[in-house]
Amino acid sequence: MHDHLVAIKGTKDGLLVQVSPTEEWNSVTADLAARIDQQLSFYAGARVTLDVGSRPVRKDELGSVKALLERRGLALWAVMSESKTTIDSAQAMDLRTSQPKSAVPIQSTDMPAPSSQEDGTPGMLVKRTLRSGRSVKSPGHVVIFGDVNAGAEVIAGGDVFVWGRLRGSVHAGANGDSGAVVCALDMTPTQLRIAGQIAISPVDKRHKPKPEMAVIRNNRIVVETWE
Amino acid sequence: MGAKVVTITSGKGGVGKTTTTANVGVALAKDGQKVVLIDADIGLRNLDLVMGLEKYIVYDLVDVVEGRAKLRQAMIKHRQFPELYLIPAAQTRDKTAVSPADMIQLTDQLRGEFDYILIDSPAGIERGFRNAVAPADDVLIVTNPEVSAVRDADRIIGLLEANHKEPGQLIINRLKPEAVRRKEMLSPEEITDILGIKIIGIVPEDENVVPSSNTGVPVTLMEQSRAGQAFRDIARRLMGEKVPFMSLDDASGGLFKRISRLFGGG
Repeated sequence: MHDHLVAIKGTKDGLLVQVSPTEEWNSVTADLAARIDQQLSFYAGARVTLDVGSRPVRKDELGSVKALLERRGLALWAVMSESKTTIDSAQAMDLRTSQPKSAVPIQSTDMPAPSSQEDGTPGMLVKRTLRSGRSVKSPGHVVIFGDVNAGAEVIAGGDVFVWGRLRGSVHAGANGDSGAVVCALDMTPTQLRIAGQIAISPVDKRHKPKPEMAVIRNNRIVVETWE
Repeated sequence: MGAKVVTITSGKGGVGKTTTTANVGVALAKDGQKVVLIDADIGLRNLDLVMGLEKYIVYDLVDVVEGRAKLRQAMIKHRQFPELYLIPAAQTRDKTAVSPADMIQLTDQLRGEFDYILIDSPAGIERGFRNAVAPADDVLIVTNPEVSAVRDADRIIGLLEANHKEPGQLIINRLKPEAVRRKEMLSPEEITDILGIKIIGIVPEDENVVPSSNTGVPVTLMEQSRAGQAFRDIARRLMGEKVPFMSLDDASGGLFKRISRLFGGG
């Protein structure tokens, strides 16, 4: 099998999709669709910045990508390119545009981030309590400044920090990162997942709220005092 | 200014939305307010029964929305309180017969003539719920002291917030102080701890409620009924009065003390 023709990365602005500048457009879009379909529930709802490099992309080509994303519940939000044709196409579709050099700071190999961002990893801050039925998904880390009530869920590619009570469900390291952690000021989740591991809270009638951290040790999720 | 539109909703079914709508409506009317009750539970019409007005129905909400009747024609006047009206739901249609915009338009027509418009929402979070809350200035969320009802109330509050509505005020219905003390039932404290919204009323379990619904005489009108008293208190709090929460637990005292602390006195 050949290498992937597209790279999907999490950024603070959503997903960054970088596509091969040379490969045939149809192959690129087919690969993109396949990649998203592999983890549909994880990507669904994200907004996408498409980086096509120097490739000139016509409006109808861009339109087909937009439709492809929307069918899967993703939104095409911005386009990055050095090609004027591509930028014109994007602007005609009312999309945000930028040239990669002046683009929103993004962690990536071929595009060094500004130095002020060097040690950061993309994250998402939610400054509210998540009530039942709410779902927050991010390819990066997630910080909830509030409670996660029972019936709410957080799915993150990275770590999850709950500055409040965690009573709902959390999946950290949803892309398979077993080094991901979950922290909460009061850890009584309905269900906790890190990478491929699943745990539930023990029944504890004398539960006293205290900050705790869940990590994987020896292929099991363990909860430790968070210090 | 005109009327205040208050929607009574819950998420979960069977927690007492219709009973609450009828009783708070009657209590408001008893206090001299001009009140119209709207049954938004199209297809599962109930409010007319609880109000004892079923036999007077000629036209309903859907008839008005679809232009077969004038608004006035669908408004049923209460026998005892001439300034209390009911607009019944249609029984033979479904929620899609009315849109949120229809509800806003309908209530706008009524605002000038009334002090309160109470809307009895159907259970669920779909079209019927959206119809009922679309015109609301205030939302009363009815819950029972049990985990599933509280979970659904939480969902409803989240939906209200997502639609830029106020999170609403809570009515805890069918509380049994005995069961709370035995820790078989959630306490008001535990419920507010989860939901984080203001309580406007706690209605104790009362064996008078079911027979009163069956006979169409809301329990509010029974002076001796504790549930009736709780509904009258809710009506007065809606009107802006500061009403202390009644003791639910005369015998042991414990629960009441804790409840009053929740409201900073009482």
